[in-house]
Amino acid sequence: MSILANKDTKVLIQGITGREGLFHTEQMIEYGTDVVGGVTPGKGGEWVLGKPVFDTVKAARDATGANASVIYVPAAFAVDAMYEAIDAEIELIVCITEGIPVLDMMKVRARLDHSSSRLVGPNCPGLLTPDQAKLGIMPGHIATPGNVGVVSRSGTLTYEVVYALTQRGIGQTTCVGIGGDPVNGTSFIDVLQMFEDDPETERVVMIGEIGGTDEEKAASYIAAHMTKPVVAFIAGQTAPPGKRMGHAGAIVEGGSGTAADKIAALNAAGVKVAEHPEQIPDLL
Amino acid sequence: MNLHEYQSKIRFSEFDIPIPKGKVARSPQEAYEIAKELGGPVVVKAQVLTGGRGKAGGVKLAQTPEEAQQRADEILGMDIKGHKVLRVLIDQASEIKTEIYLGVTNDRAARQPLIMASAEGGMDIEEVNRVSPDKIVREHIDPFLGLRDYQIRNLAYGIELPRELWKQMMQIARGLYRCYVESDATLAEINPLIIDGSGNLLAVDGKMSIDDSALYRHPELAELRDTSAEPAAETQARAAGLSYVKLDGEIGCMVNGAGLAMATMDMTKLFGGSPANFLDIGGGAKADKVAAALRIILADPNVKAVLFNIFGGITRCDEVAMGILTALDEVKVDLPMVVRLVGTNEEEGRRLIDEAMIPHMVSAATLADAAQKAVAAARSA
Repeated sequence: MSILANKDTKVLIQGITGREGLFHTEQMIEYGTDVVGGVTPGKGGEWVLGKPVFDTVKAARDATGANASVIYVPAAFAVDAMYEAIDAEIELIVCITEGIPVLDMMKVRARLDHSSSRLVGPNCPGLLTPDQAKLGIMPGHIATPGNVGVVSRSGTLTYEVVYALTQRGIGQTTCVGIGGDPVNGTSFIDVLQMFEDDPETERVVMIGEIGGTDEEKAASYIAAHMTKPVVAFIAGQTAPPGKRMGHAGAIVEGGSGTAADKIAALNAAGVKVAEHPEQIPDLL
Repeated sequence: MNLHEYQSKIRFSEFDIPIPKGKVARSPQEAYEIAKELGGPVVVKAQVLTGGRGKAGGVKLAQTPEEAQQRADEILGMDIKGHKVLRVLIDQASEIKTEIYLGVTNDRAARQPLIMASAEGGMDIEEVNRVSPDKIVREHIDPFLGLRDYQIRNLAYGIELPRELWKQMMQIARGLYRCYVESDATLAEINPLIIDGSGNLLAVDGKMSIDDSALYRHPELAELRDTSAEPAAETQARAAGLSYVKLDGEIGCMVNGAGLAMATMDMTKLFGGSPANFLDIGGGAKADKVAAALRIILADPNVKAVLFNIFGGITRCDEVAMGILTALDEVKVDLPMVVRLVGTNEEEGRRLIDEAMIPHMVSAATLADAAQKAVAAARSA
């Protein structure tokens, strides 16, 4: 078992002919992901990496039966790409693109709430179920199958942790990067709930960072609903207030969103919080 | 990106929000001219991107043009919380009967825009929220519906605004929301919105923050960025496509990925040092980016050691090592350097670093090891 995606997930690539899209599609196929086709408006009928290209998501879905889509299109077009995937009733949409305006994301969120689609991201590395499927840009070989679920707002910090787990022989069910934007499609709680419900996941690693209050909400959720042990790490203890730390969402505003608050909330919920990322395998 | 008060108010006025007559001066002489042209008493206000200007003595009343010149002379060049005052706004002074707060912002938790009003204007809204949150009236806005008139009435009613001012409030709140949407703002705030001597509403102070991700579609706002208000290194980093924030410590950090960069900063602190910066060089760690990042780090005189922490995923560690070594051909570094490469082909990457025998450069296997080595090196430097 796993969450969100497995070897049977049929994946479309929006922006398959772009530089990023092409590069990562190749890696995804190499990993064993069932990529069934791609979408690039104006290039329908072409073939790329042995996969058919369509002009629209609807046409691609009808022809391939795809139930997931990964978006690699530039920020200026990514919002339209998300709406198109939602409209085509794609069940799982993963948006890798960084730099989408917040006002646009608030509208996308409102639209998602009235749809059957789930969005992971934007501004995320995507997700990976070891040896089954990778939807996004995570390096595949750093992960190995096992029973630890990983959820994170970060990219390379997630790889760091997953790699450390793998090195210690601790495998993963699914690794999910929910993204570093202030408004995103899937929250910590959404993923924690899926891990709680997944029979194969036995323990969970949650990697948060400064900004917003999603970690605090996750702490309340863990205390109230989770039976599986959770180990956490929060990045940004040394970040000054009012400064954005790379990710659009990583900012302490008006005294809210500090690492100290998040760590206190998680500790109070009985979550073990690592002092640094390399401690995570020990705490598990 | 934050806008100055004068920039925010000019923007407000484009959306039918009444603001005092005024102009920006860069010299006491200019302040005199403007005050003379405005006639009557004026307020001389420091234009810096930080709060607490009033308390710091950066806002002064002047009765005559001569006095305005004198006040401008005092305020220009003043240091307010590390921000040097290079401009003053000369506004016609208004009689203040009541101070109100009105602001629109992104509510991250609710994932919707939020408009807030309070009868406790003139104070920092975060302070009001801490001390008496019930004094703030809040309305969430459906981004597809926009701000509805009934919501503005809820605000006016909630702050007990005299009914004869509701019509003006309608115009101002609608304008402020449009201004927020059409500027892709993350904050558009009037504080205070006053009832002036003639009984009308007037936006005497304002603040706007623009979503950096949306600047591509607002070139006219992007031009308003005041690079004199930020450390020069941050301006250079932006031009080089690097994400950089200057901090006060002594360990220069070069990392790929924002989360890992924050974790690396935290590690230096955990082991008794402190980070000189946040720096995300992005994916790949190509030689030109590493070189640009090194130049920025080394320009900071506080830096005593440089810590590289790169995760090689799809870009392998040996490629990253080559990038670093090529950059070091270009940029001479006399400070101790600690390099930690982890991920794909990490042994090969470490071997390349070690065999290059660069003076003062050592490799480290773990993040803890790297942080400890960097802290020790900075101490003995």
